[in-house]
Amino acid sequence: MSPILCHSAALFHDKSRCNGGEPVPSRHQSYYTEGRGQFFVIITSSSTVTFFITVFTVRHVRHGDVQPHPGLPGRGPGRQRDMSVTEMFSHIQGFLGADQDVREDIRKVVQLLEQAAREILTVLQSVHQPSGFKEIPSKCARARELFCTVKTHIADLKTKFPAEQYYRFQEHWRFVLQRLAFLVTFVVYLESETLVTREAAAQILGIEVVREKGFHLDVEDYLAGVLIMASELSRLAVNSVTAGDYTRPLRISNFINELDSGFRLLNLKNDPLRKRYDGLKYDVKKIEEVVYDLSIRGLAKEAESAGDK
Amino acid sequence: MSPWRRGYWREASNLIKKGDGCPRKKADAAQDRDAGDKPPTPVIAAFKVFQHELDTKHDKYERLVKISRDVTIESKRTIFLLHRVTSVPNAEEILNEAEVKLDGVRQKIGQIAEELRGEDIYQFHRAFTPGIQEYVEAVSFLHYIRHRSLISLEEINASLVFMRTEEVGAQDAAETLLPGTHVLTFQVTPSDYLLGVADLTGELMRMCISSVGNGDIDTPFQLSQFLRQIHDGFSYIGNTGPYEVSKKLHTLRQSLAKVEDACYALRVRGSEIPKHMLADVFSSRTTLIDPEEGVV
Repeated sequence: MSPILCHSAALFHDKSRCNGGEPVPSRHQSYYTEGRGQFFVIITSSSTVTFFITVFTVRHVRHGDVQPHPGLPGRGPGRQRDMSVTEMFSHIQGFLGADQDVREDIRKVVQLLEQAAREILTVLQSVHQPSGFKEIPSKCARARELFCTVKTHIADLKTKFPAEQYYRFQEHWRFVLQRLAFLVTFVVYLESETLVTREAAAQILGIEVVREKGFHLDVEDYLAGVLIMASELSRLAVNSVTAGDYTRPLRISNFINELDSGFRLLNLKNDPLRKRYDGLKYDVKKIEEVVYDLSIRGLAKEAESAGDK
Repeated sequence: MSPWRRGYWREASNLIKKGDGCPRKKADAAQDRDAGDKPPTPVIAAFKVFQHELDTKHDKYERLVKISRDVTIESKRTIFLLHRVTSVPNAEEILNEAEVKLDGVRQKIGQIAEELRGEDIYQFHRAFTPGIQEYVEAVSFLHYIRHRSLISLEEINASLVFMRTEEVGAQDAAETLLPGTHVLTFQVTPSDYLLGVADLTGELMRMCISSVGNGDIDTPFQLSQFLRQIHDGFSYIGNTGPYEVSKKLHTLRQSLAKVEDACYALRVRGSEIPKHMLADVFSSRTTLIDPEEGVV
């Protein structure tokens, strides 16, 4: 292809940018015109016979005007560089691919964990039923059994990634781990009406407490679990009154208040834990309302004396 | 007074309690809430531990954010300095000055490495990733100007090895096995590297336009080839990379389009236009291209 043809082809491509028809210039001239902020170069030549006519403009090229640009990189040094950039990216791609595979494996196990957590939750939800109050010990025992499945899944999860890279993949199991922490704290509360320690909770889940030892229960996840339990307890307080148990809300109230003063000690940042903590005051409020309702009607006293007999 | 204020509900519920004289049958529970002088309950004691742990973590995080911000600022300044290369006669002087600045940045990254000693770097990754990306951008920009090639992740990591001399007093018994110095390394993660390189393309685009403005016609063509290679690389990675990559890929396409258009204009018209007028061509072209970017 001649240089002239090259140019005309380029000009055709450019036509979307060139709007407005320019008058065909007279021959033997070269000049620039500026129209509507658009730059037009219109050159005519005496020696060329052919005219290239585009929709918008006419252009000739003088002999010798078109030649390979001196600044255009040649084939020489450019090739080598090409390789290195490509190599670099395939190297990175290899890393990212491996990363994706690990994440895929983790996701599969986490799904099983979520399923197990849902099963435990279903078991525990029955404590809110009026009939369920007597069955609390048996429900807790059932939940404890189910925690064994959780343990095996978590053991499986540990094998999926290098132990020292816990935080790299944490986002995948963080949610389910918080749910599990909630379930553990809830079960232990139902059993003994105490707050499970972080160590004991980690033990039930078959994981560690400190980071250096491997897969561990992050303090923030544990606290998030405790906060989920708090809102579950406010529900339990309401439902226990419905079921005719008037002393339980008082005990729950004391427990929650203790938790509340505990959380008050923490200097939380503006993070997800803080948002959850902000919900605690509504749980406290709700339980206090229940306690208020009971005490103003003397129902709490009645329950106490009934219990004393 | 907003109900969202901390302690609002506490005060409100205290008022209710005062009114009805809520019975507190559990004497021990009442004690730990109302009387501060009694020994703390297990729950409070446990929360004291959590408080300490969270504070330590947050402090470390904040320190890292602060260092990262310093790294960002210094790297940005280095980049601005490097942009002056196109307009001054002795480029070497500026490159050396940039090298000195980047040495300072590396010292700061050394502080990050110090903070992260024995930690899981991904735990605090979000604190310092902006700074590291900016550093990668600066260092790869300098590398490009010097060698006209892409710096590799290994080269970056190799320059982030620090020798530290420890004060003898602060040393643990276990660490005295290696007296005097110890080696600290900082590993830039591949995704930080990738994001830094993505930012680099924006700088290269700016460099391309300004070098045209200075009548330098060679650089734009080299740059466009280089940018195209990077673009191809990013297309190869596609969306397997981190989420931010796809966002930056869009910007990369825009930069590439600008550079390619500039080269196009140079080719079509460059040879005919007197050099001193080239800058005008480009200033008008780039402003015209802008509104069309959304189509990419």
